[in-house]
Amino acid sequence: MDNETFITASRYLGAAFSVGFGAIGAALGEGYAAGIASESISYKPKASREVITTMLIGQAIAESAAIFALVVSMILLFGGPDFHSLNFGWACIGAGLCMGLAAIGSGLGAGIPAGQACLGTVIQPATSGKTNTTMLLGSAVTQTPAIFGLVLAFLLLFLDHSNMPVYPGWAALLGAGLSMGLGAIGSGLGNGFTAGEAVYGVARNPEQVGPTSMVMLVALGVAQSSAIYGFLIGLMLLFVTPKESILIADSARLLTAGICMGFGAIGPGIGSGIAGAYALKEVPRKPEERGTIFRVMLIGMAVAGSTAVYALVISMLLIHYFK
Amino acid sequence: MEISGADFIRGMAFLGAGVAMGLGAIGPGIGEGFVAGKACEAIGKRPDEAGLITRTMLVGQAVSESTGIYSLVIALLLIFVV
Repeated sequence: MDNETFITASRYLGAAFSVGFGAIGAALGEGYAAGIASESISYKPKASREVITTMLIGQAIAESAAIFALVVSMILLFGGPDFHSLNFGWACIGAGLCMGLAAIGSGLGAGIPAGQACLGTVIQPATSGKTNTTMLLGSAVTQTPAIFGLVLAFLLLFLDHSNMPVYPGWAALLGAGLSMGLGAIGSGLGNGFTAGEAVYGVARNPEQVGPTSMVMLVALGVAQSSAIYGFLIGLMLLFVTPKESILIADSARLLTAGICMGFGAIGPGIGSGIAGAYALKEVPRKPEERGTIFRVMLIGMAVAGSTAVYALVISMLLIHYFK
Repeated sequence: MEISGADFIRGMAFLGAGVAMGLGAIGPGIGEGFVAGKACEAIGKRPDEAGLITRTMLVGQAVSESTGIYSLVIALLLIFVV
């Protein structure tokens, strides 16, 4: 089999991975939003026009994660650079996995604030502007993990990796994709939980929109850290050129560095998001206790993030220790 | 390509280390986050007991962390000892 055959096959496989995985999250998230919208209309049928508008705006943001995945698929099928090394084939598969998996969490997560905003439109029609602003802010930040995935997928596709030895370079390229792709799932989903509760809280207590948005942004940022670790390991695998070696051990340690960081980031991302969600449920209700709740939330998130740090350490050891 | 037994075993040990730490981190992360969330909720309900609630949260999280530390230990053993 020559290089061109392998590259063409890899492009097709990568395109399928990207749009296949990428379609999961956005579809589920939008379905959730539509379900809550239907429920909201049943409470107040007269507000159906406003609810449907809110639902469509929220769904459009959730859709963007799937559109990123579609774009990467299209590039893999019809465009992209014209490299001829075997590594480019592996990079195509890695880019597809990276973008597809990274879109799951953000798509699903962005649907949750959209649904809560529909409910908010019915609860307090007069202040639906504030609810929708919070929803837009929260959903937009929820897309960040998918954007990290897009950036790494582009780096995989458009940089020339031919200076990397094929063995164990193939494992580094696949590992980079897996690290970022899997690593983005938790943060995207967790951010969705947090933003959803913030939107609902603002709908209930519109006068608390400022402090609630502030706490929400900090919570979203902290929950983002595990996706950033995934991005970091992805960059390391791309830019730390490994020594040529046909040993299985050298391929395995680079591939597994990506798997370790990717899976390791899922739990802390979701967990930090849950912590943020409960905190944001209380912050608008009890503005006078905001400081205490905020402090405990940050401590709790830091502890919940510790296992992602363990995964980061193990991944770095696997990449660097045996170089 | 000839694969030596020692190379294969070392490769699988690395693979095992990554899988152990990666999957092992999922549970503690979600569990500890849930504890932290519920603690925030509890402080919203009983602000005067914030100290006690925070202490309980940290003890609970420490116990929940233990499985993550088991994974870390096994991963380090697989990388450096086996």
